[in-house]
Amino acid sequence: MIPAVSISLQVNGERIEAHVLPRLNLADFLREHLKLTGTHVGCEHGVCGACTVRVNGDIVRSCLMLAAQTNGASIETIEGLSDSGEISDLQAAFRERNALQCGFCTPGMLVTAQDLLLQEAEPDRERIREHLSGNYCRCTGYQAIVDAVASTARARTGRGA
Amino acid sequence: MTSTTTNPETLSVLDRPNSYIGKTVPRPNLDRLTQGRGLYVSDMELPRMAHVVYLRSPYAHAKIIGIDAAAAKQLPGVIAVVTGPELAAVITPWVGVLTHLKGLKSAPQSAIAIDRVCWQGEAVAAIVATSRAVAEDAAELVAVDYEELDAVTDMRTALDPQTPVIHASLGDNLAFERSLDAGTVDAAFAESDAVVEAEFVFGRHTGVTLEPRAVVADWNPGDSRLTIYQGTQAPHMVQNIAALHLGLEESQIRVVCKDVGGSFGIKVHVYADEMATYALTKLLRRPIKYVADRIESFNTDIHARDHRCKGKIGVKRDGTIMAFEIDDITGIGPYSMYPRTSAIEANQVVNLVGGQYTTKNYRARTRVVFQNKNVMCQYRGVGHPIACSVTEGLVDLAAMKIDMDPVEIRRRNLIADDAYPCASPSGLKFELLSHHASMDKLIGMMNYDALRAEQAALRKKNIHRGIGIASFIEVTNPSAAFYGVGGAKISSQDGVAVRLDAQGSVICQTSITEQGQGSESLTAQIVGSVLGVSMGKVRVILGDTDNTPYGGGTWASRGAGIGGEAALQAAKVLRRNVLDVAAAILQASPAELDIVNNAIVNLDDGAVRIELRELCRIVYFRPDTLPPGIQPELMATRHFVPREYPFAFTNGVQAAWVEVDTDTGFVKLLRHWVVEDCGTIINPQLVDEQIRGGVVQGLGAALFEKCIYDERGQLTNANMADYLVPMSGEMPDIDIGHVVSPTFETELGAKGAGEAGTAGAAAAVSNAVNDALKPFGAFITEIPLTPQVILSALGRI
Amino acid sequence: MKASAFSYARATSVVNAIELLAEHGDRAKVLSGGQSLMPAMNLRLISPELIVDIGDLTELRGIAVTGDRLRIGALTRHVDLLNSADVAKHAPLISEAITHVAHAAIRNRGTIGGSLAHADPAAELPASMVALKATIIVEGPAGERQIAAEDFFTGIYETALEVDELLVAVEVPVAQRNSAHYFSEFARRHGDYGIVGLAAQAVVDGDILTDLRLAYFSVGDRPVLAMAATKLLNVAVTPAVLLEASETLGEELDPQEDQQASVSMRRHLAKVLLARCVATLLGRPELSAGEVL
Repeated sequence: MIPAVSISLQVNGERIEAHVLPRLNLADFLREHLKLTGTHVGCEHGVCGACTVRVNGDIVRSCLMLAAQTNGASIETIEGLSDSGEISDLQAAFRERNALQCGFCTPGMLVTAQDLLLQEAEPDRERIREHLSGNYCRCTGYQAIVDAVASTARARTGRGA
Repeated sequence: MTSTTTNPETLSVLDRPNSYIGKTVPRPNLDRLTQGRGLYVSDMELPRMAHVVYLRSPYAHAKIIGIDAAAAKQLPGVIAVVTGPELAAVITPWVGVLTHLKGLKSAPQSAIAIDRVCWQGEAVAAIVATSRAVAEDAAELVAVDYEELDAVTDMRTALDPQTPVIHASLGDNLAFERSLDAGTVDAAFAESDAVVEAEFVFGRHTGVTLEPRAVVADWNPGDSRLTIYQGTQAPHMVQNIAALHLGLEESQIRVVCKDVGGSFGIKVHVYADEMATYALTKLLRRPIKYVADRIESFNTDIHARDHRCKGKIGVKRDGTIMAFEIDDITGIGPYSMYPRTSAIEANQVVNLVGGQYTTKNYRARTRVVFQNKNVMCQYRGVGHPIACSVTEGLVDLAAMKIDMDPVEIRRRNLIADDAYPCASPSGLKFELLSHHASMDKLIGMMNYDALRAEQAALRKKNIHRGIGIASFIEVTNPSAAFYGVGGAKISSQDGVAVRLDAQGSVICQTSITEQGQGSESLTAQIVGSVLGVSMGKVRVILGDTDNTPYGGGTWASRGAGIGGEAALQAAKVLRRNVLDVAAAILQASPAELDIVNNAIVNLDDGAVRIELRELCRIVYFRPDTLPPGIQPELMATRHFVPREYPFAFTNGVQAAWVEVDTDTGFVKLLRHWVVEDCGTIINPQLVDEQIRGGVVQGLGAALFEKCIYDERGQLTNANMADYLVPMSGEMPDIDIGHVVSPTFETELGAKGAGEAGTAGAAAAVSNAVNDALKPFGAFITEIPLTPQVILSALGRI
Repeated sequence: MKASAFSYARATSVVNAIELLAEHGDRAKVLSGGQSLMPAMNLRLISPELIVDIGDLTELRGIAVTGDRLRIGALTRHVDLLNSADVAKHAPLISEAITHVAHAAIRNRGTIGGSLAHADPAAELPASMVALKATIIVEGPAGERQIAAEDFFTGIYETALEVDELLVAVEVPVAQRNSAHYFSEFARRHGDYGIVGLAAQAVVDGDILTDLRLAYFSVGDRPVLAMAATKLLNVAVTPAVLLEASETLGEELDPQEDQQASVSMRRHLAKVLLARCVATLLGRPELSAGEVL
C-alpha cells in the first residue's frame, strides 16, 4: 500500500488537516474531499482553465498540482472569493453582461480575471483577451466576458462602469 | 407594434404595462453559477454511489476474441467488471433509423460491444469501482484479445466494391441517399454565361462541451424506480428511451437535469455508454456515476460536419443565378446515432443549399456512408454551416467570374422581402424573411464602402485583408415533421404549468430545459409580463420529468418559440382565472380589472384594488369568504406545438473582416458582423449572446477545429492541446443587429436564434480569406483554413 | 483520467533528492513545477513509481548576478523570470521568450529547471538557453557538472542529465553593450507551442552583425543552432546575402512533419523568421519583405 501524505493547509481561510494519497490532484481534493465543487474539472490536462484556483495568491491550474504539494499553502477557491466579497463587483458585472451561459467555465474565468485586475488597473481589451486566453469558454464567444472585465476595471478605477 | 383596444384580454402581451418582453434583464439563475454553487451532474454524489469507467477499443474495427477480467476483479475497490454479453441481459440493442428518411438503414447497436468493435473508443467492458481512479487502475488489468479487421475510413471509397462492408446484414456501407431535382437545371446551366464548380471540404469536428457528458443513474429496487441525473437537453426523450430498452414503464423512470456544462447538441442524444450506465445501476442495484473524461469525450461525443460537397453554380452576366447543383457525401461512423439518426445533417444540406435565393433550379444528391470512426450526428447548426458555406462559396465564385461585387450579386438574387409566403426548390415553406432588410442593415453597420477603400489602400502596402459575406436561412421551432413523423418518440410540443403560491409568487414548470441559453429567464419574462407579476416573483422549474409537463426540451432553436408560446398561453389562462376570482372578491367585472405590479388594479385608472398576495391568502386560507359557486383555479397548464409551418425559418447575414499574413498563412480575425431576424426578441441580450457564442463556434470550424483520423481510423488529436478550440486571444469582437419579422403562427412571434451564428460564420470567414487572397489567384474551399492550407494554396510551400 | 498510483517523497535537500533519485533510478521522476509532468501523468502517458518533490528546496530558487554571469536557480518560476529586473536587463531574450510560454496560471507554477529538464523540442526556454550560450548546472552523487546548453539537449524529452542527477541552476553570460536579441514563434493560439520558433542572440556593431546565434525550436528533436547565421556575420546584409543564408538554413534544417505543419512548411516558416529576425536586429524592415523566401 502506498502511504498517504499528511498535509496541513488553509482553504478559504479555514485550517484543513488531511491525509491524501499522493496521486490525488488539488482539483479532486477540493471537489471530492472538501466538497468545494465550484472548482470545475474540464480536461484534467491543464488546458481548459476551469479548475483555476489561487494558491498563495497566485492563480494555478488545480489539476496540475498535487494535493500533497499544498502543505503549508493558502488556497482560495470561487467559494472563498464569493463569500469574502472580494469579487462581488466582478460577479455582478458578469451577471449584468450575461458573461456566462452554462457557467461551467465561470469560476475559473472569474479567478483568472480577478488575477489580471489585481495586477493591472486598466487593462485594454487585448490585454484582457490575452490574460484569459488559457480559459476555455464554449458558450459566450468571450466578448461578453471581456466586456464584463473591462467594465469592472473601469468601475474600480473610478472611471465609471 | 401597438394596440388600440382597451380590453386586456386582447391587448398584446408585448405591450402590457411593465412588460419584460423585448428588455434586457439579467438571468435569474446566474448568481448561483458565478459563486460556484451550481449543481452539475459531475458534482453529484449519492450514498453507495460507485463509479464506472469504460474500457474502450484501441482499434477502429476488430473482433473481440476474449476478455479476461480476473486480475481486474481482484483489485481492492473494484465492484464489478461487466462485458457486453453480460449487460445485454438487462438492456436491449437499438437501431437508429426514422421512417421519414426513406431508405435509412443502420445495424443494431449494443450498450457495450458484443463480439466486435466498430470504432476506436467503443466500449468493450464496464469497470465499476469505488472511485474513478481505482476503476482506471482496474481497466489497465483487463486483457482484451482483439483480432484487428480492416477499417473503412475514407468516405470517398466506402461504397467501392473492394471496400469491406462494415455490417454484412446491411449489404453495403450506404446508410442513406437522397436526390432532388427541381426546376430545369440542365437548361439553366446551358443558358448561363458562366458556370463554376468547386469541391467544398469540411473538417470533422465536435462540440467540446466544457463539462463532459455525465450521468448518475440510481435504480431503487425498493420502489422499482430509476432516477437518471443527466446533463441532457431532452429529459423526456431520455425517459422514453431508457424505459424502452430496460423493459420499464416510463412512469418508472425519472430524469433530472440540473445545471449542464454546455450542450450544443452534444447532449441531445442517448449514447451507448449512458445506456450502459442505466443498465449497470439496474444490474448492480446501487447508484452508478459516469463522467466522460476529456479523451473519451473526443472519442465518443458525437462528431459532425465531415462532408465533402461538390457544388456547381450557373450565373448570367447580369448576376442572375440560374441554378445550383450539389453532390454531397458524408461519413457518419459505424452506426446511425440513436434516436435522432445520423442522416439529418445530410438531409439538411440538401434542404438548405440555395434556399435564400430566387432560383428554382436546383439539383442535389447526398450520400451518407458508414465508416469505422466515431459516430456523427446533430451538433449546433445541423447542416446549416455546410449548406451556407457551399452556397455562399459558390456565389462568391460566380461573382468573381463575372466580376461583380459580392454584395451586389446577392442583392440581385436574394428572395425579395415582399415575396412571402413562398417556398424553396427543396420544398421549404418560408412564412416571412427579411434578406434585403438584413443586408442593408449589415452594409450600414460594417460601413462596407469604407472597408473596401481601406482594403484597397492596405493592399498597396502588401497588407492583405478581405471581406466575406454570407447570407443564411435557419430552421427553428421544428414541428413533428422533424422527428415525430418518422416514428421517434421525441416530443415536438412543450408544456408549461403556472400557479400562484399562497403569497402571490408564481411557480412555473416548463418542459424546456436550460443549458445556459436563458430558458429560465425567457420563461420568467413571459410569465411575469403576461401575469403582471415582477420577474423576481416567478420561479421556474425545469429539467425534471416528475415535476414538469411533458415536452421536447431545448434543441433545434425551439425553446423560446415553442416553450415560450406555451408559457404565454398558460399565463394568459392563469391571468383570466385570477381576474375571475378578483372580480368575485371585489364585486367587479373581470373586464374592468388588470394585474399590474403584483396587484389587481382598475383597468381605467390603475388604482390598486387588491394585492395579489392578499388574493392568494383569501383563496387558499379563507375560501369560506368567497361567494358561493366560485372555485378558484390558481394554476393553469397549456401546451403548444407549431402546426401550420413544419419549421419557422429565420434568416440573417454575416460579414467577416480578416487579415491574411501571406508569408505565414496565419489569419487574423479583425471584426465580425451579424444581422439576424429571429422574429420577436424576448431578451435582446440573450439573443445577442446566443449569436456571439454561435458565431465563435463557427469561427472555430473556420480556422481551428478538426478531428484528425489516420488511415487506420485512429483519432490522433483527442485532447485539448491538439484539438484546437477558439480561445479569447484570437476571437474578434462581434457586432450584432436585428431585423424583426415575427412568426404569425404564435402570439409571441418568436423564432429561434441559437444556431444562426454557427450557420454562417465559417462561410463568411472563408469568403473573407478568399477575398484577401484574390490578388494571388487562390480560392480555398476547405476548412479549417489552417496556415498549412493557406500556404499550400498560395504555392508558398 | 486520473494519474496512476505513485509514492511521494518531499526532498529535504539537494543531497536528499539525489539520494532518492540514485535509489530509484528511472522509476522516479522529479516534480518541480509539474506543468509538463502532471498532464503526462494525468493522461497516464507516464506512470512513475516515485515522485520526488523538490518544491521545498528554497536554495534552488532565485536570480543573481555574479560578475558577468546571470545565475538562475532551477526552481525559479516562469513568472519570476518575467518579473525580474535582472533578467530584463541582463538576458532580455528570456523575458521576451517567457511571454510566449503558455498562460499566467501555468507560468505561476512552471519552473526554468523543469522546462529545461523536460526538454520539449517545441519549448521556448531550451532554445533560448542555446541562443544565450547558457551553462546548465547539474548535481549528482559525484558532485556538480556544468554542461553547455548546446550539449544538454540530446533528443525529444532527452537530455544529458543522468537519472541520479538534478538540474540545479543555469548560468547565462550577461548581455553586452551591443547585444541584441530577437524572439518570435508562430503559434496557432496564444500560449500554444509554436509551429516554428526562433530565439536569437546577437551582437550588432553599427549595421553589421558581429555575432549571431539562431536557436530554432519545433524544427527538430531539440533546439537547433542554425549555422546559416555565419553567412550574415561581418558583412553588409543585402537581400542577396540574406537569401544565401536562407537557402543555407533550408538545407541544414531537417524538421519533422506533424498535424500542424509539413516539413516544407516548417522550412518555409523558419526562413520567414530568419528574415524577420535580421530585419529587426538591423532595423531594416525591407529585408523581411517577400523576395528572400
